[in-house]
Amino acid sequence: MNSGDTAFVMFSAALVMLMTPGLAFFYGGMVRRKNVLGVLMQCMIILCLLSIQWVLFGYSLSFAPQKGFWGGFAWLGLRGVGLEPFAAYAPTIPHQAFMIFQAMFAIITPALIIGAFAERMKFSAFLLFALLWATFVYDPVCHWVWGIGGWLKNMGALDFAGGTVVHINAGIAALVTAVVIGKRKNLDNNTPIPHNMPFVVLGTGLLWFGWFGFNAGSALAANGLAVNAFVVTNTAAAAGGLSWALIDWIRNGKPTVFGTASGIVAGLVAITPGAGYVNVTSALAIGFLVSLFCFIAVGVIKPKFGYDDSLDAFGVHCVGGIWGALATGLFASKTVNPAGADGLFYGNPGQFFIQLFAVLITVVYAFLATFAIYKLVDFIVGVRVNEKDELMGLDISQHRERAYAIIE
Amino acid sequence: MKLMIAIIQPYKLEEVKQELYKAGVNLITVSEVLGHGRQKGVTEVYRGAKETGNLLRKVRLEIAVNDNFVEPTVNAVLKGARTGETGDGKIFILNMEECVRIRTGETGSDAIG
Repeated sequence: MNSGDTAFVMFSAALVMLMTPGLAFFYGGMVRRKNVLGVLMQCMIILCLLSIQWVLFGYSLSFAPQKGFWGGFAWLGLRGVGLEPFAAYAPTIPHQAFMIFQAMFAIITPALIIGAFAERMKFSAFLLFALLWATFVYDPVCHWVWGIGGWLKNMGALDFAGGTVVHINAGIAALVTAVVIGKRKNLDNNTPIPHNMPFVVLGTGLLWFGWFGFNAGSALAANGLAVNAFVVTNTAAAAGGLSWALIDWIRNGKPTVFGTASGIVAGLVAITPGAGYVNVTSALAIGFLVSLFCFIAVGVIKPKFGYDDSLDAFGVHCVGGIWGALATGLFASKTVNPAGADGLFYGNPGQFFIQLFAVLITVVYAFLATFAIYKLVDFIVGVRVNEKDELMGLDISQHRERAYAIIE
Repeated sequence: MKLMIAIIQPYKLEEVKQELYKAGVNLITVSEVLGHGRQKGVTEVYRGAKETGNLLRKVRLEIAVNDNFVEPTVNAVLKGARTGETGDGKIFILNMEECVRIRTGETGSDAIG
């Protein structure tokens, strides 16, 4: 047991926890005024709901050592998950420190999907969807990639901090839900604009801050690898933000705050799978290019196909996540992390195909499972709010509260 | 020339706008206001404490029209804003003495359109 490592991982868990409220503000600023509480509430309730799911059975399903679809039931209710290290996951910190760090990942992942169906999902349906999705999509995929006996892990797929498990997974779920739930009302006459851009910037700042815990913390020790992850994370975020601002400037005439914030998040998403395997030059390339791909997804592909991914959860997280996972197969180097692998540019083209395979598996599974869960929830409670509730806004129709007063 | 002031349910604004466009009325001013009529409205709850304020959120439209546009405008607002429940709002129609377009200095009917 190492006290430095333990302190670092606990602190990292706290940083990652803050990302969910950060995401709440990031998304909350983007929606219309009448829906901001709906988004904040969805994020905060996920923090409550999945914290409990995780200690009761989510952690066991994800990480209990067993080959198969799930990790199994050996660690239900944290039975056997104590204060001594569990060497196969993290040899120098208490097992519960690893557990609670992972809990924060399980919480933010379903929260990311909110961006796709924002402003039109019933709260009861959301609760059920989040619980089922975490249990039947996040937990198994997490097990495949990170758990002992996980088959993608055994195949050699690299995912340092959650490119496939978190971002592609949530991004595909976002696409499926956005398409199936359908467009928001009145979109053609009245394009919704973000109601509070400073909230978007606040959320971006909190996400960037929290992402140090997400990526550096994934080293699970206060060591050189954690520092590498910290540095490349900061570099890729910076490159992503700068690059999106430039693309905006060239293509739309002005560099926008919204674009810069989106680029920063895209950079953070893209560096996530490779943070512990790539060096800082590669991080620059990953960050600069991700904004180009996400910009095309958000600005060209989305309007062309006409799906209403309200806040671009697919366009940023899935596209950025796929680029990040594939880029890990290109740029990974054993000089950064001897426990990792070399990528295509370091003489090992095989790694690229392993990454590609892991991406495809995640895409296909998340697509099918999300669709099934959506249909089930729709059958039980009905997913979409009725037209009047949608027009009045989720704040008043789902929570009977308003975010802002006009005259006291 | 008339000045019409309509008080409507906020969530009906989009529909009313579309109806007005269909009727060929493109000039409106919109503001968010508080008020109450006979309706009790939606009570809001803050951490369990019921807020029983009887001022409800409404949207106020101001529309200046020439006399021949009064009826189509009224019909458009009725069509877009009516649900049949209390709280649908009111339309007030006032005589308007003058109208001046700032850009050109035109006055009267010409300044409205």
